Amino acid sequence: MEKKQVVYDIMEVCLLAGKIMLQSGAETYRVEDTMERIARAFGVREAHCFVTPTGIIFSIESTEPTKTKLVRITERTTDLHKVALVNGVSRRITNGELDIENAFRALTEVEESQLTYSTTIQILAAAIASGCFLIMFNGSWIDFLPACITGGIGFTSVMYFHRVVPIKFFSEFIGSIIIGILSFLFVHMGIGVELDKIIIGSVMPLVPGLLLTNAVRDLMAGHLVSGISKGAEALLTAFAIGSGIAVVLSFL
Amino acid sequence: MYIFQHLLLSFLAAAAFGIIFNAPKTSLIQSGFVGMLGWIIYILFTMNGADAVNATLIASFVIAVASQVFAKLYRTPIIIFIVAGIIPLVPGGMAYDAMRNFVENDYNIALALAAKAFLISGAIAMGIVFSEVINQLIRKTAIIKKN
Repeated sequence: MEKKQVVYDIMEVCLLAGKIMLQSGAETYRVEDTMERIARAFGVREAHCFVTPTGIIFSIESTEPTKTKLVRITERTTDLHKVALVNGVSRRITNGELDIENAFRALTEVEESQLTYSTTIQILAAAIASGCFLIMFNGSWIDFLPACITGGIGFTSVMYFHRVVPIKFFSEFIGSIIIGILSFLFVHMGIGVELDKIIIGSVMPLVPGLLLTNAVRDLMAGHLVSGISKGAEALLTAFAIGSGIAVVLSFL
Repeated sequence: MYIFQHLLLSFLAAAAFGIIFNAPKTSLIQSGFVGMLGWIIYILFTMNGADAVNATLIASFVIAVASQVFAKLYRTPIIIFIVAGIIPLVPGGMAYDAMRNFVENDYNIALALAAKAFLISGAIAMGIVFSEVINQLIRKTAIIKKN
């Protein structure tokens, strides 16, 4: 009876670590690697896990019949800080610094921790990034401020609409329509000069860069299911942004 | 002056992307540096007449190698550094031009631009793959030497 309990605790720790990483936008192969490492550190001889962007299946072999658990992942955000934190916890577990109970507590703390940056700071970062990209793509300094404002508002509206209607495609579509209209207004009022450059700069914070890199890295590591589905998500996002801008352009 | 402006702005943009992706505070400077390195290589190559696809391939390769070095040094997941570096290389401008031409019913130019944007995305992927291959090779030879 005692032994059985222990096995389930190891599974809880592994699954919690995997769940946090997957929800925060880690690569699939890293999630599997971390979970297997933790299991091995706690003395499990054989552990198998199957990770896709929407769920984790994890099973542990022991002298008793195999135990398997499934965790469903419905919500995914981008929070690289949590990925790094879980990575640190797993490193401490493999070094033998944490026992099962403390590891579980440390992971729960990570799960409950808030975002590193407040929403305001994130929006400001998006605005600054838009301005920087405008100049990097050979725009003129006159358009710097309009690009910052449209980029910031575009990013905000994507965040806001995602909260109202949790369909990623839709919020990105609306966000890019707003970016298109605002840039047109800036140029129309004479504050901005080049419409194309302003739109390109302000769309950049919405670009699915993380998904794209993750898709490539997962495909390389042989996780074909995850790689393809992340690639499809990236493509869908790109398509949403593109069609939003296209709608605005076609009415000009 | 032109180069200096690009250095500063690409550093800022990459670090800002670190904030958007909630990267740890301590790794913002490094991810900014990776972004700056990649962008400056891209700019130097395209300024000297290299094709955008080749320049992107080399830049993304350098980004991936630098990220791997940082990931080893600071013991953090590589994805934190690599993402900030890759973003500036994403062919947003070209995809935009392609779409603009599609909307204006100029399909020939639009398809050419879309193909180019697709090739550049492929070059980014190839750069990451190459660096991963080299990383694995180094790791393998290190293990063989130890034995």
